[in-house]
Amino acid sequence: MLWGVLQFPGSCDERDALHACGLTGEARLVWHEDRDLGGVDAIVIPGGFSYGDYLRAGAIARFSPAMESVAELAAGGGPVLGICNGFQVLCEAGLLPGALLLNDDLRFVCRQVELIAGGDPSSPPADRAAARSPFLAGIEAGERLSIPVKHGEGRYWAPPAILDEIEANGQIAFRYAAGQNPNGSARDIAGVLNKAGNVLGLMPHPEHAVDALTGSTDGLRLFEGAERSPA
Amino acid sequence: MMPAAEQRPEYEVLGLTSAEYESICEKLGREPNGVELAMFSLLWSEHCAYKHSRKLLGRLPTEGERVVMGPGENAGAVDIGNGHAVAFKVESHNHPSAVEPFQGAATGVGGILRDVFALGARPIAVLDSLRFGELDSIRSRHLLDGAVRGIGHYGNSIGVPTVGGEIYFEAPYEHNCLVNAMCVGLAKQAEMVRAAAAGVGNAVVLMGASTGRDGIGGASVLASAELGEGDDEKRPTVQIGDPFEESKLMECCLELLQRGLLVSLQDLGAAGLTSSAGEMASAGGVGIDIDVARVPLREADMEPFEIMISESQERMLGVVEPARVPEVLAVCERWQTGAAEIGAVTDGGHVRVLRGEEVVGDVPVEALVDGCPLYDLDPAEPEGWLYGNADVLAERVMTATGGVGDPADPSAILLALLASPSVASKRWAFEQYDSIVGSRTARERVGDGAAPTVSDCSDAAVLAIPEADNAIAVSIDGNGRRVACDPHAGAVEAVLECAQNLACAGAEPLGLTNCLNFGNPEKPAPAWQLDQAVTGLAEACAALGVPVVGGNVSLYNEGPDGPIYPTPVVGMVGELPDPARIAGSGFAREGDAVALLGPFSPSLAGSELAKLRGELSPGLPKPDIGAVAAACAAVRDAVRSGRLSSAHDVSDGGLGCALAESAIGGRLGCRIDLSPLVDRGLSAEQALFGEGTGGFVLSGDRAALESLATEDVEILVLGEAGGEAIEIAAGEAQVSATLKQAERAWRSLPERFELGS
Repeated sequence: MLWGVLQFPGSCDERDALHACGLTGEARLVWHEDRDLGGVDAIVIPGGFSYGDYLRAGAIARFSPAMESVAELAAGGGPVLGICNGFQVLCEAGLLPGALLLNDDLRFVCRQVELIAGGDPSSPPADRAAARSPFLAGIEAGERLSIPVKHGEGRYWAPPAILDEIEANGQIAFRYAAGQNPNGSARDIAGVLNKAGNVLGLMPHPEHAVDALTGSTDGLRLFEGAERSPA
Repeated sequence: MMPAAEQRPEYEVLGLTSAEYESICEKLGREPNGVELAMFSLLWSEHCAYKHSRKLLGRLPTEGERVVMGPGENAGAVDIGNGHAVAFKVESHNHPSAVEPFQGAATGVGGILRDVFALGARPIAVLDSLRFGELDSIRSRHLLDGAVRGIGHYGNSIGVPTVGGEIYFEAPYEHNCLVNAMCVGLAKQAEMVRAAAAGVGNAVVLMGASTGRDGIGGASVLASAELGEGDDEKRPTVQIGDPFEESKLMECCLELLQRGLLVSLQDLGAAGLTSSAGEMASAGGVGIDIDVARVPLREADMEPFEIMISESQERMLGVVEPARVPEVLAVCERWQTGAAEIGAVTDGGHVRVLRGEEVVGDVPVEALVDGCPLYDLDPAEPEGWLYGNADVLAERVMTATGGVGDPADPSAILLALLASPSVASKRWAFEQYDSIVGSRTARERVGDGAAPTVSDCSDAAVLAIPEADNAIAVSIDGNGRRVACDPHAGAVEAVLECAQNLACAGAEPLGLTNCLNFGNPEKPAPAWQLDQAVTGLAEACAALGVPVVGGNVSLYNEGPDGPIYPTPVVGMVGELPDPARIAGSGFAREGDAVALLGPFSPSLAGSELAKLRGELSPGLPKPDIGAVAAACAAVRDAVRSGRLSSAHDVSDGGLGCALAESAIGGRLGCRIDLSPLVDRGLSAEQALFGEGTGGFVLSGDRAALESLATEDVEILVLGEAGGEAIEIAAGEAQVSATLKQAERAWRSLPERFELGS
């Protein structure tokens, strides 16, 4: 599989994402001004502060030429992974529901957290988004993953009706484990999927959990899952 | 405002003495015009010219086999193998931070990053050394909050991890806080450049942000004078940082250097264009013409002198061969970074300031950069203790024990020391920094649980360097209170503390950078402290064989109540072969033996306990540098061979706090008997809470620990790890605390910050 990692001015984690993708497949950077994604099979929108994020996180990046092509890739079922700032960009672009607000204590937080995969462990029907998502292939619903967060604007928010809907659709990819919600996210939501399951946005950084030396290897499973899933 | 400023001559308002002004006139053969006077006032300031410290700095050893770049460059650099070098430097941003902590600290980080990528090194880590007044002061909490947010704002946004640092709270820093930032970068040696202009006829290109009126006079008015009443009015001299601009500028410069498009590169820091152009010309033995009409401005009506001394952030000056200018401009455009050809390298040996065709300033480079007179200090040892003393132990014991402790009970004292803001865990601050971006930061695991993001009791940060198939360990340290007690011994201890921190990671020191934060050098006592401390640093560095590859001096750190504690902050970089083999600082296995290694002779002089009791006075025991070096070598080898379960150095709060930190870090208690120390004549209190250099708390297999003993290195097995309590016997005294009690005290900084106590 050939991964593309988007690079905006102000991206921070693009080299980390490139490294993580490279552990399971081939990977290359994609410049934000390039409408042509160069034939990549999957896209990672990495963490950072695209265009400085002075207006609102992800608000400018969503208009970049490369994002138009990312939307097309997503519509065609290609795996799209938005991490941190990438999650914010996907929400701004309307590819994922909800929004990311300032952390409830108004401080940046960098911390290892436990995540619970697949939303609720209570037997999700197989047609739910989480069950179809390439990123969650090989991760059982209810499994705990140790992955770091680092953000100042990571409080997931959506109107209650939308939250009910995405829960019902099985679009909750990850929740923070009990007592570990670092930012006040609604219903402890750490990551969400689109209805089809091929677009995942999450605040925790799986690309920073691919080596025991630097903390944990649980994040690698997301990349491996996408690698194994049929395109 | 200064009283009657309008009656004082202009040069004096700008910070020059009448003798210095006369010297400028003599060198020019005439009086300087307004532009030239502004330029001289900045480059002849203490901050730029080191006029009170340069003579002393000659004592520091600067040479070593692994040195790639030494003092005089934007940063120092050492060889780490496989054609790579690690560049690093620590710098102060104290006065800006005291006036406006968020921007002061943010631009401190921005400035030190530029120093490192100016060499062609990609920044891979930032560390900070912060000093504030006591935490119960609202001003200190405001400064702490602002500085932590500012460091996070800049470092987090630009994608360079903040991997470590230290924070002390002491009353003498109440008005004049210290914000020192250290950056470490990684470079291919073949792609590194020096900051010397070369090639007459080459173009001078200004890159990055446009030039505005911010930071006018920052180096002279703010950084080279004492703080005092009315400092709020100096806020316009503080620069404003934009990490996004710097992020683009950094990527742009690194690409330009990688493609070999620049002859040389220099950042614009204190004194802006004047300093960059002057220093580049001086280093290259050439002249430079700058046309201020071609400098992109934020405000159209800026005067030439303002353009020449503006300290607007996120700017770099490059020298480019004329034929390659279009390529350089194209790379800048791709990164959306401003770029303008603003001048040329000349053979005149002058910095000429032009506005279009008109020459508005013309000064010899030599006079501007190296002409400032260097002063001898007039040091005199002060009589007695210069600083305050306050007995707060009973109050601190009450807070730490929830009102049930007796200040004579060593268990209560241990909790009070662990809760002392300077000793307590700084996780509250460190969690506000991205410490993992870059995927190099090695993190320890605790038991079977997940790694703490910031291992808040680890001694040195470890960064993997796969490019050289090894790793580096980095530490920053400098306990000003101990330097105040004895500037010579205290400065030696600062170097040894860093060496000990590195030893715990299995690292061998490669080089050192320092930031000398002192009071007014024109006064005898701060002058004596500076003189003594530099001698101490020099002796320790020479004895350890660690070269000083760069640094910074920050003088005039005084408030209305007098000078700060003299604070030489030492940053040290070491190399280790395998980052997977680092020992944690926390106890790891039930039943492991716990031992004290090294020439540790604890004394209450200058200790945290003496401070809490209001019993500080001059004098520290003389450190045995050779014995500490031997202990460091033994620990380093033991860590590398994987023979230890944990290694932690004994520092603030003495052996009691070091044992408690290892217990909290590993979530495993210990049963310890300090009678081997008491039997040597130490009091129970000295053994428990006395401080001094050279001690390591190690845990592991008993036989393995005992095998570390040699002729030069002593090891005492003191007990074992296990259980849920910290139990330490010292003669008649008995310390007893549950892990939960100890951890609550040690992690009490957030609530103390919120409550203001």
